[in-house]
Formats: sequence, structure tokens, C-alpha cells
Amino acid sequence: MIQLGCSLLGSAIADDRSWEMDDYQAATARWCSGCGDHAVLAAVQRFLADLQLPPEETVFVSGIGCSSRFPHYINSYGFHGLHGRALPLATGIKLRRPELQVFVVMGDGDCCSIGAAHWIHTTRYNPNMVALMLDNGVYGLTKNQTSPTSPKGVRSNTQPKGAFLEGMNPIATTLGVENASFVAQTGDWVPDHIYAVLKAAYEHRGFSFVRILQRCPQYTDQLYLNAMRDSNTIELLVHPDGVDVPALKQIYKNEVYHDPADLVNAFRLAQLDDKIRLGVFYRNDDLPVYEEVRRVSPKTADEKIAILNAELDTYAL
Amino acid sequence: MASSSAAAPAAKKKKAKTPSPQNKSIIKVAEHTVEVVSDPGEGAQKCAQTFGRVSAKMGNGVWTVEIIPAEIQPPPRTPPSTSGNRVRIGTKPVTNWGDAAHLVVAFNEQVLLHRHRANALNDDCAVLIESMWEAHDDEDIRKEWAAAMEEMSGKRYRFIKVPMEEQCLTVVDNPRKGKNMFVLGMLANIYSRNLDLIREQIEVEFRKKSQAVIDANLALLDLGHAWAEANLDFTVDVPIEPPPVPMVVMNGNQAIAMGAVASGMELCAMYPITPATSASHHLSEIFENYGGIVHQAEDEIAAVGVAIGSSFAGKVAFTITSGPGLALKTEFIGLAVMTETPLVLVDVQRGGPSTGLPTKIEQSDLLAAIWGQPGDAPKVVMAPATMEECFLCMITARRIAEAFRCVVMVLSDANLATGVQPFPRPNVTRDWIAAPLDLSPVPDGQKPYDWDPKTGLSARIIPGRQNGMFRATGLSHDEDSKIAYSPDVHERGCEMRARKMAVFQQSLRPPKVYGVDHGDLLVVGWGSTIGAIEEAVDRAREEGLAVSSLHLRFLSPLEPGLKEIFNRFTKVMTVEVNYSDDPNAPYITDENRRRGQLAWLLRATTLVDVDCWTRVPGHPLRPGQIHEAIRAHMPKGA
Ligand SMILES: Cc1ncc(C[n+]2csc(CCOP(=O)(O)OP(=O)(O)O)c2C)c(N)n1
Repeated sequence: MIQLGCSLLGSAIADDRSWEMDDYQAATARWCSGCGDHAVLAAVQRFLADLQLPPEETVFVSGIGCSSRFPHYINSYGFHGLHGRALPLATGIKLRRPELQVFVVMGDGDCCSIGAAHWIHTTRYNPNMVALMLDNGVYGLTKNQTSPTSPKGVRSNTQPKGAFLEGMNPIATTLGVENASFVAQTGDWVPDHIYAVLKAAYEHRGFSFVRILQRCPQYTDQLYLNAMRDSNTIELLVHPDGVDVPALKQIYKNEVYHDPADLVNAFRLAQLDDKIRLGVFYRNDDLPVYEEVRRVSPKTADEKIAILNAELDTYAL
Repeated sequence: MASSSAAAPAAKKKKAKTPSPQNKSIIKVAEHTVEVVSDPGEGAQKCAQTFGRVSAKMGNGVWTVEIIPAEIQPPPRTPPSTSGNRVRIGTKPVTNWGDAAHLVVAFNEQVLLHRHRANALNDDCAVLIESMWEAHDDEDIRKEWAAAMEEMSGKRYRFIKVPMEEQCLTVVDNPRKGKNMFVLGMLANIYSRNLDLIREQIEVEFRKKSQAVIDANLALLDLGHAWAEANLDFTVDVPIEPPPVPMVVMNGNQAIAMGAVASGMELCAMYPITPATSASHHLSEIFENYGGIVHQAEDEIAAVGVAIGSSFAGKVAFTITSGPGLALKTEFIGLAVMTETPLVLVDVQRGGPSTGLPTKIEQSDLLAAIWGQPGDAPKVVMAPATMEECFLCMITARRIAEAFRCVVMVLSDANLATGVQPFPRPNVTRDWIAAPLDLSPVPDGQKPYDWDPKTGLSARIIPGRQNGMFRATGLSHDEDSKIAYSPDVHERGCEMRARKMAVFQQSLRPPKVYGVDHGDLLVVGWGSTIGAIEEAVDRAREEGLAVSSLHLRFLSPLEPGLKEIFNRFTKVMTVEVNYSDDPNAPYITDENRRRGQLAWLLRATTLVDVDCWTRVPGHPLRPGQIHEAIRAHMPKGA
């Protein structure tokens, strides 16, 4: 194992380290047992190990919520930020250190309520990063309040007679944003699918928005119960440019061949509420990526001084 | 500015009876204050700014202040539509906008009325006013003119009617665009400004326009010059003493932008807000040449979040805003404090609360800056007092932020932001500029918050460094950045974050008293008021009053030695541009009196009974006002 330097310093430095899944484990996860977040964490760690992402070049950024504890459990760099504000932090990291691998983990309240402005605008900036929105349809950490994605009628402590409004559709909403470049949905009870979506999201060049349907055994245990019990409620979106997990075909008979380049069809599929659709709705690798659009050639201190002196000349008396 | 291409540059036909220069009286003074006012769009600002810049280039001391209407297009020919500049020039350096103007050029009588009502004009001010309104075809206008003249009749203003429109029509067809160059020509004549320098300046300012436009403007300049030469019976001589060192001239926001560049920071994340925005305009034009970018975020919250993200990743960044934006950034400031992520935040203060006075100066954000974050959030708050300090403080701020892993807030204000003043050319050095990232592996055992128990200081670890992985969190955490809610860990974290500010404070020098270091009254100020305060102190001392002043650059932590300095004076009083209750107003008692913000701070810190005199007029304080306040607040028996 060579401990000198870091691959960021240049490919000339040999790096023969390798990492097992366990190497990506930091603190032990403290979520409730049965919480869907555990499954997502395991899938993410498996993915990191398979791709051998150097931990020091990987940054997990989160907001506040149960799901936002995520970075504490991953042995990489991490920034557990503010409720709703993970995306600006991640954008800042990416803008000045584009070589880092940035992952964002948010809850549904985090992303779709308090952080909605950043969700919309980061989609539009299209930085090259993966954003996971762990959607349990409720505010977990603050103990059972209605979330923007709570389905109508679902009871909570703030809306005890049931949610007054229809829940938001985060997939359709994201698809509607200019520059949306990767929009996918997966579920915590299908780890192979999470893994495949993660991989596609990571390989996509741009902002990959992944909604992960996530069970909260504490407050919304009914939410995805049907989906888990009755495989007929699920429809897989399959395509070579999206995901296609052969192993799942045994369980899920409904599948539709959907080309993720087809935005109109993606919209149609996102809006149908007859089934839960898992897969990549949309993917466009050709959209401008913000940190590349804003890339400027770095200058040395001496160069800066020379330009600054020339600039000061224009103010000189 | 003239936009017409139908210019006839050679149209200097009206060579009237030339009063030979010998017949002109020469007013020789050490300083003179001139205002140029018009409706928005008529270019009084450009005219006055060019006059100011050229005066600075010739070696006069200069201070300019913008006079800006609150709306973009207020109804023309009304007092609220007044737009322009005051320019105070002097033989010596000029540090503030002075008291009243000695000369005003007004494009109509309504904007003149605005200045009259604002007490901005000297009792015997020379008024050069566009003559076309007096006998205008429109009866209403004639009546307005007559009423305005009536209102101003109590003063001894010396009115000189100038046929600006008529004159300009000989050169351009739309004199609304172009009068300002005519006026610039007049001013050039009155103050004997170097015409070549003015021409150069016009060519620079209109470089994006066609040659025809530039020619028309130059022709108008000459026309105004010739008109003044032929028709005015006076000139003003403010002798020039060329400064001993090379100088530059710029406004405070330009200085902040240039200082940011010189500090080596490479990211400014912002959301537009007056009066901070112009700094980012300026930066947007030049930053990429230096490898930097301006990121216009979706709101102020995102802006500061992006800056913190960049700092966390190793590249210390800054955000720039004004009061309402500062309010929005509050939560993120707390996160930066808690995670000890360096951050530079510039607040170009304006009038508040709420949307307040967007374009006007106030110093009301001091306590919000220091205490505005829920939870204890120690940080450095500093305030530049001059344009030069606007430049230098950005370099200092970046270094403090990095060395102390802390938030540094820079409180500028609308007066500095838009005012123009020459200052010695900065000598840019390498050590101003942030060092390249250190991506070497983190030594075994080094923790992300390796607090030195004595100083609270710890070395920052950034992503990319092997062996250093940690999870920054806004939750209470220990040295390993592990979430920990136990009482001792939380107290220790609070203590360490506070301790390093004390260490920082110990590195500061005690402030220098302006004037004698003991006496009857000490006036304490901060920010852009320095020039006006010191001028007032000079005047009071000439009268024999034992007054001195002290100007603070660091407000949190406060500079050392204050109590000791205060004890050498019978009375201490702050002068600030923020609200305080008049102690004699109804219901006001010593207990319920709201005080100036610095006064609160000084009282709490020194236990000295610090008084205050504050105003919130929306414009800078005048030395004359402060002088009066000093007289009124001299301790009894002094
Ligand atoms: C500014 C702010 N407002 C409110 C909160 C309280 N809060 C913490 S987490 C949370 C919602 C959590 O729900 P969600 O984002 O869906 O994540 P989950 O806990 O379900 O994973 C709220 C309201 C906060 N931390 N900060």
C-alpha cells in the first residue's frame, strides 16, 4: 500500500490500495430496525467497494433528517449540513473541486419542502453528482409530521385527520425542470435495483436525481407494504441506457421497455398512478454540466499578481 | 451622454463676448464641494464621477457621494427624482463628503429644490441652473419654477441661468442625452481641469460606443467649456499638491472586489442586492482572468451554502450581501462556525429593518452580525473605514478565516460602496494570496478538531487528503467530529470555538486615539464615518474643546485596551449611523433607552457609561452635525 500522495495529484502516482465494503463503514448506523435507510446504506457501500472509489476523494453531503445521518456511516469525507441545504454545499464543493466524487443524501422534507428551491435550481445547474432522495413520505426525525410527498389522507401528528392535499410527484417535478439530465426511481426493498440505479446515476455525466422509496416502520409502515407484498403493483422500466437487472425479472413480471432519452414518454410514465415504476425515467448525457460551464483556467500567484498590477494601472492616477 | 450620430462636432459658433480671464474673480480655496443633479437618465452621475476621477488624477483629494432616487424611473422634474453626485475636492486628502455644497449644477429647479430641502447647499451657494424652464411653453412648469424660486428665496444662493438645452441643440438633436457633457465642460472651465485627461476618460467610458458618439460628447465638452469661459465671471482654484506616492482611485465596492482578488479567493457566491451588487458586477468582469468565478445563486441561503461548500473543500470563498440577505444567511453562518469552516461574508449595510432604505447608508447590522445567529456563534466582525481599507480588509479577512478556521464578517456600507476616494496604490505581495491546496496525507492520529486546549486552534483537514476522512456536522461534536450530546463535550466545543477568538483578540494592537490621548470627551466610531468624525474633532479642538476620537476596525472581538483608554476621558460617546432614542424624548428613560449599536457593545464590554449620538438620515453624517453634537455632549463643567 503506497501512502504517498493521492490520486488527485496525478496519475503518475501509483496507488495499489483496495477497499472492501467494510472499509467504507464509519460509525454504526443508528436508524430504527426495519428502516429502509439501512438497505440503501448497504447498497451504497457495496457500490463504493465495487467501484473502488478512494474514500478520501469521495464526499457525502446531506441535510438534516433521519436519512441525512447517512454521511456519518460512510467512511469518506462528509458534510452533514442544514435542513434542506445539502445541495448548495455540494455545489460549492463541486465548483472548486470538480475532481471529487460528490454524493448527496436528502429526505423528502429536506429536498421537496424546505430545500425545494435548491432542488429545482441544482437540477438546472446540472453539476456532476449523484443525489439520493430517501422518500418515506413523512418527517421522520421530528416524529411524524406530514411531508410534501405524504399521500392524501395519510395521518400524521400535524394532520391527524389525514393529509389535506395530494402528495407531490418528485419524479414529474424534476422532469419538468430545464436541464434535468437524469431522473430515476428505486425502492429500498430491492437492493439489486438500488445498486443498478446508483451505478447508472454515477456513470451519468450530470446531476443524477434518484428518488428512493423508503419504508419508515415507525410512521409510514403501510406506505409501501402493498408494493412489497404484491409484485404486480410494480412495473420495471428497462433499457440498456437505463437499468436492466435480469435477476428481478423472476419477481417482477411487469416491465416496460422505456428509452430514457424519451422525455415525453418519461413524463407520461411518471404521471400514471396505476403502478409504482422503478427504473430510469430520463437520461441525457449531453447537457452542459455547471462546473464545466464555469471552469476557468487556474492561475499561479505570480500570474495573479501580474494581472492585478495591470488592473491597478487602470485605476492609477 | 450624447447618443445621436447627427453630431456636428465643429459647432462652436456661439463665441459671445469673452470676458477676458483677467476680469474673472478667482476663488482660491483649500477645498470646494460641488453637486451635479438631474433627473435619472440625464447623466449627472456620469458627469460628476468623471469630474471626481479627473480631479483625483490631477492630484486633488477627492470624496464622492452618490445621490440616488429610490426608484429606477421616478416621475421626472420632481424632488424625489433627484439623481447625481456630490464631489468634494481639496488640496489635502478628503475623507468625507463635507457639509454643504459651494456650487451646484441643476438640470431643473425641482432637483435643485431637493438639495435645498436637504440642507445640502451652502447659504451662498453658486447655482448653475438650466434656464429653459423659467419661460417654458407649459404653464404648469412655469408655475413650478416660480414656486421653487419662491421657496428658495430665503437663501442667498447666487443663481446663474445657463441655457444648457439651447446650447446643446447646436451640437446634438437630443440634448437630454448630452447636457451632462456640456456641464462637465463648464466644470472643467470653472475648476481648470485638464481637458486632455477628461477627453481620455470619456473615450474610456464610451469605448463600447461608436466614434460618432464619442465625437459628439467631446464636442459638447468643448461647448460647455467655451460657454463657461465666455459667460462666467469666476473660477475656482483648489491648489494641487501632487501626492508623494503613486495613487489609485476607486469606490469601496470596486476595492472590495479587487481586494478579494488580491486575497487569492476564487469564488464569490452571491445573490443580487443593493448596495452590495456592484461589487459582484465588477468581479464578474474580471474574476475569470484570475481563475475565479462569481456564482449567482438562487437565493442568499444557497449563496452562502455554496461558499461554505467551497471552503470545506479547501478553497476559501466569500459571499457578499446586504441586510435582508444577511438575515437569510443566518443559519448557514452558524453551520460554518460550528464546523469551523472558514468563510468570508461581506455585508454592505443599508438602511433597515426589512427592505428599509435599499440605496442608503446605515450602520444597523452590527449587533445582528455579532449576535444574530441562534446559539453561541463566535466569529470575527471587522469594518473597513475607507476605500483603502475595503481593499485591504478582504486580504486580512481571508487570512484570519483560514488561520482561525472561522467566519469573518466584513461590514462595509453604502457610503463606502459608492463613494470614490484616491488611496496609495497597494503593493501586491505573494503572501496575500492563498497558498495552493495541501493534499498530503494526514499524519496518523491527527483529528479533524485537534483543539489545542489552550488556544482552541486546530489544523483544518480537507477532502482529498488520505487518512483524514471525517464527517463535518452542525451537531454538537467531539474532536473526531463524532456526534456527541454529552454536557462536557458540548461545553468543550463551545469553549474551544470561543477561545480561539480570544487568542485572535490578543494578536490585535490597541487602537490609536486621534488627537490627545486624554481629555473631556472621546468620540468612538466605526466604519465609513471616520473622516467626518475626525474633521468634527479637529474643528472642536480648534475651539478649545478637549475632544479626541477613536475608530474601531475590529468589532468582534473588540480591539484590546479600550477600558484603559476610556478611563482617560471624562466622557465617552459613540457616533453612529443607526437608531438610538433621544434621551429627552417622551417615555425614554435611562433603562429603556435604545442605544447606538456600538454603544451597547462598549457598555457591555467595558462597564463604562458610554453615551451615543446617532442619526439615520439615509445619507452620511456631516462633520458640521457631529461638531454640534460634540458641543452639545461635552461633559458638564468641561
Ligand atoms: C431550519 C430547520 N427547520 C426545521 C428543522 C427540524 N427538522 C429536522 S429534520 C426535519 C424533517 C425530516 O424529514 P425528512 O426530511 O423527510 O427526513 P427523514 O427524517 O424522514 O429522513 C425537520 C422538520 C430543522 N432541523 N431545521
